[in-house]
Amino acid sequence: MDPVFEFCLRMGDNTLVLGHRVSEWCGHAPVLEEDIALANTALDLIGQTQLWLGLAGEVEGKGRDADALAFRRDAWDFRSVLLVEQPGGDFGNTILRQYLFDQWQALFLAALTSSSDDRVAAIAAKASKEVAYHVERSRGTVVGLGDGTAESHARMQAALDRLYPYVGELFAGDTVDEEIAARGIAPLPGSLRDAYDAALSETVAKATLTLPESRWTHTGGRDGTRHSEHLGHILTEMQWLQRAYPDATW
Amino acid sequence: MRDFRCGNRNEIRTGFRHGIRTEFRPPAGPPMTRMSTDDIWAVLAAVPDPEIPAISLTDLGIIRELAWTGDTLEVTVTPTYSGCPATSFINLAIEEALRAAGVENLTLKRQLSPPWTTDWLSDDGRRKLEAYGIAPPASPKGPARCPRCGGVDLEQVSQFGSTPCKAQWRCKSCLEPFDYFKCI
Repeated sequence: MDPVFEFCLRMGDNTLVLGHRVSEWCGHAPVLEEDIALANTALDLIGQTQLWLGLAGEVEGKGRDADALAFRRDAWDFRSVLLVEQPGGDFGNTILRQYLFDQWQALFLAALTSSSDDRVAAIAAKASKEVAYHVERSRGTVVGLGDGTAESHARMQAALDRLYPYVGELFAGDTVDEEIAARGIAPLPGSLRDAYDAALSETVAKATLTLPESRWTHTGGRDGTRHSEHLGHILTEMQWLQRAYPDATW
Repeated sequence: MRDFRCGNRNEIRTGFRHGIRTEFRPPAGPPMTRMSTDDIWAVLAAVPDPEIPAISLTDLGIIRELAWTGDTLEVTVTPTYSGCPATSFINLAIEEALRAAGVENLTLKRQLSPPWTTDWLSDDGRRKLEAYGIAPPASPKGPARCPRCGGVDLEQVSQFGSTPCKAQWRCKSCLEPFDYFKCI
């Protein structure tokens, strides 16, 4: 498989699955402003998905566009990390999942703006501007809830304990990453870990939370070998219309 | 994804009116003369943004280039936000306005780089936004003043608003909430 195709899938599937997860909140958030913020974030992520999967289809050259890749692949062909597949849970869990992803995305996209592939650099430059707003909000809300009431603090600590074991997969490289890095398209995922840990530690400290000691991580999403059961349920809902009525348009 | 590269204005109009597609018939008469790009800019300057009709597409700064290749006009458009749902409506509005002005063949090209920035919003567009009740982009810290009373004691309600390009703010002088066209 073309490593550039694989790379674009990994980028686009992350934003697709998280965009779908976040959109589950539309109409359900605790206050109107948060509902709007979540829906806007989901919209940006789906927009970025169109760019990444559009490029994936172009690189593949088999006539599949972003819609075909989003709606006509089954779970084992997805390359999203396990973190973004995790259920929203309560509002605090959703915001913490968002922050863990946003912080990584902000750093990774910043590095991609100097990619040797102009198409990758263009998407990264575009998405970076949107992600700057995402991470500002999710970071601020994590701090606000962590350093909030006893109830919100306890929920945020529980969310961090639950989700931190999915963070390591964002930095776990394989032969695809090595090839991509050798061509100057993207840095090795692991090379961003120190910057990520520094940013995460600062946020966690401000939020008066405690980072779990173990860095053990679940893996199997970004290489498609072992997705969580959640992904199948997400796709069942997301792909239903195109599977029931192939080629439906309006 | 919509393909804008085909069609004739007569065909499109008939199609819309009757809800059916008709056969392509080239118009009789001499070949089309190419409109000057200045005239095309003027046509696009009259097309309102679908979400914020107080400003035009050229005020927004999203039309990056106009170029004729033979008898085909290429319009280069850059999206504001990658997921903005107005993008497809904007493309349709551009197509309709230019066909109504007599452009027969056109291609819409999406350009991502350099990414759109609120720095490209025209001065005229900024004035129109404020008159419409939306504070124009000022600095990453927020709006310069309340678009209603001019007050400068402001607070942010949310970085996100009713469209991807806006944030919600409140004026502590007149106590009114207002939209802020955020810097990007």
